[in-house]
Amino acid sequence: MGMTFAEKLLARKASLDHVVPGQIVFVEPDYLLSHDNTSAIVGKVVDLLDQYGVANPDRHIIVLDHVVPAASEKHAKGHKVIREYVKKFGIRHFYDVGRGICHQVVLEEGFATPGSLIVGSDSHTCSYGAVGCFATGIDRTEAAALLLTGKTWFKVPSSIKITVTGSLPKHVSAKDFILQIIADLGADGAGYKSVEFHGETHNLSLDDRITIANMGIEMGAKAAVFPVDELAEEYLLQIGVTPDRYDSLWADEDASYERAFHYELNSIQPRIAKPHAVDNGARVDDVAGLKIDQCLLGTCTNGRVRDFHEAAEILKGKHVHPDVRLLLLPASNAILNTLIQDGTLQILIAAGSVLLPTGCGPCLGAHQGALAPGERCLSTSNRNFKGRMGCAESEIYLASPATIAASAVKGCISDPRNIEMEAKQ
Amino acid sequence: MKVWFYGDLDGINTDMLFPGKYTYTCSTAEEILPHLLEDLDSQFASNVQSGDLIFAGSNFGCGSSREQPVLGLKAVGVEAVVAKSFARIFYRAAVNQGLILIECPKAVEAYKDGSRVEFDPNSGTISVDGSVFTFPTLPPEIIAIRDAGGLLAYTDAVLKRKKD
Ligand code: SF4
Repeated sequence: MGMTFAEKLLARKASLDHVVPGQIVFVEPDYLLSHDNTSAIVGKVVDLLDQYGVANPDRHIIVLDHVVPAASEKHAKGHKVIREYVKKFGIRHFYDVGRGICHQVVLEEGFATPGSLIVGSDSHTCSYGAVGCFATGIDRTEAAALLLTGKTWFKVPSSIKITVTGSLPKHVSAKDFILQIIADLGADGAGYKSVEFHGETHNLSLDDRITIANMGIEMGAKAAVFPVDELAEEYLLQIGVTPDRYDSLWADEDASYERAFHYELNSIQPRIAKPHAVDNGARVDDVAGLKIDQCLLGTCTNGRVRDFHEAAEILKGKHVHPDVRLLLLPASNAILNTLIQDGTLQILIAAGSVLLPTGCGPCLGAHQGALAPGERCLSTSNRNFKGRMGCAESEIYLASPATIAASAVKGCISDPRNIEMEAKQ
Repeated sequence: MKVWFYGDLDGINTDMLFPGKYTYTCSTAEEILPHLLEDLDSQFASNVQSGDLIFAGSNFGCGSSREQPVLGLKAVGVEAVVAKSFARIFYRAAVNQGLILIECPKAVEAYKDGSRVEFDPNSGTISVDGSVFTFPTLPPEIIAIRDAGGLLAYTDAVLKRKKD
């Protein structure tokens, strides 16, 4: 019997020939990621670190991104503790305020490689499945123990197979597709499981795959992965990851999946997630016309160059509705730099949007862009939980960059395909 | 012993258990406790007592990897959380803190206001008003972590053994 991607990868990492779902394996992850929560992680084991040191300093990646620049003295103190830890234990892979959101940085810096295993003290660590990496989130205590031992355990997950055919229509994006999947499977539909994408995945760009893998956790997935094809190899080469640095693997033909689904990408429509759950899905058309107060364009889900291009295409020569604040949150300074150089930022600023520092900020309600009671925000982020953006009496709707751009212009939730039609008339 | 019943709610997420806006300013038990379940049940933080139980629907603890919900529930002495199912990162965080989680949809459905509840995590049984239900027990590797008093105590012991 063949193995799924998850089974093969965990077998490889545990030096076993074969593993089955439910089996516990002990593994050494290739990297451990942490962010602003590093101070809390280190704080748990200060004494033990002094006694035993960090097991693998070169395997610890730290990115300051969640509340940057520091919003208060308390946050600043946390950052300072991290900088001191970095110096004391010689952590080379440290990225200070402004470099970008941790998941984007891990991808851009080439840490996430096909066939590798990354854990992170952040639930959206699953993003790296886009490049065939088994990546998953862990809690702070697990991260603290990993600093000391470099080892952890995993239960081999059972797997779900999603086969795609065709390609996405204009103004419909990967965000719409993943929102459709989550609405169909439910918020725990992939609980503890590896979600593996098969079929014509070459029709999805790397940016698309990152958006989809990023939201795997929103259906409970332990990992969400794509096969490594020529497009992925090209992407890796562009960021300096040559094929000799990785050994990619993929599921066997006769692997056994717990459930299987098929999606025809051509038939996907603009989607939305209504408050306060990601699986509370609807078509954009079903909620069109609802007034909005704020839009957030960016985050680790949709803060890449293509996302801003899609928005700029719609916003060019137009202005954000006077009742709406459109916030821009690019996922990294490399992305911001591209947007400055290619003129995209100029279009977006001229349209009346507000640029925020590269990082997480309003996405988790910790810094800037907070909502007031009764306000409604349309966001390209991955979570619309009650209170997520700082106020339990506000509402968050999730949508694609194109839907957000169209809605920001109209002042209410709008289908991006209609803006195009209006322009033609 | 009181049962805090949220059995008719699925997908109680980490923001409902502990709002994200406090994630980087609250990490100790004293800082966490006032905000525990703040956006879910405003009565909880001020009235919960050691030995209490929580009953919940499916996918309890989904969302962020933040650990404060587990730390908080453990610190106030919640005896166990009984749910239809748990989200993965939350489950692992609970093992690592030694908080007992019981996955048993039937027990949640059987519960009525004032029901008498008893459980034994080692044999994997829970009774609600005398009806006995079974739930999966943990694999030995994970029981070792829980019995050591959580992952950090376990790691400490492993490192000491290595050194000697
Ligand atoms: S952008 Fe939002 S979802 Fe992504 S890592 Fe930051 S807080 Fe988490």
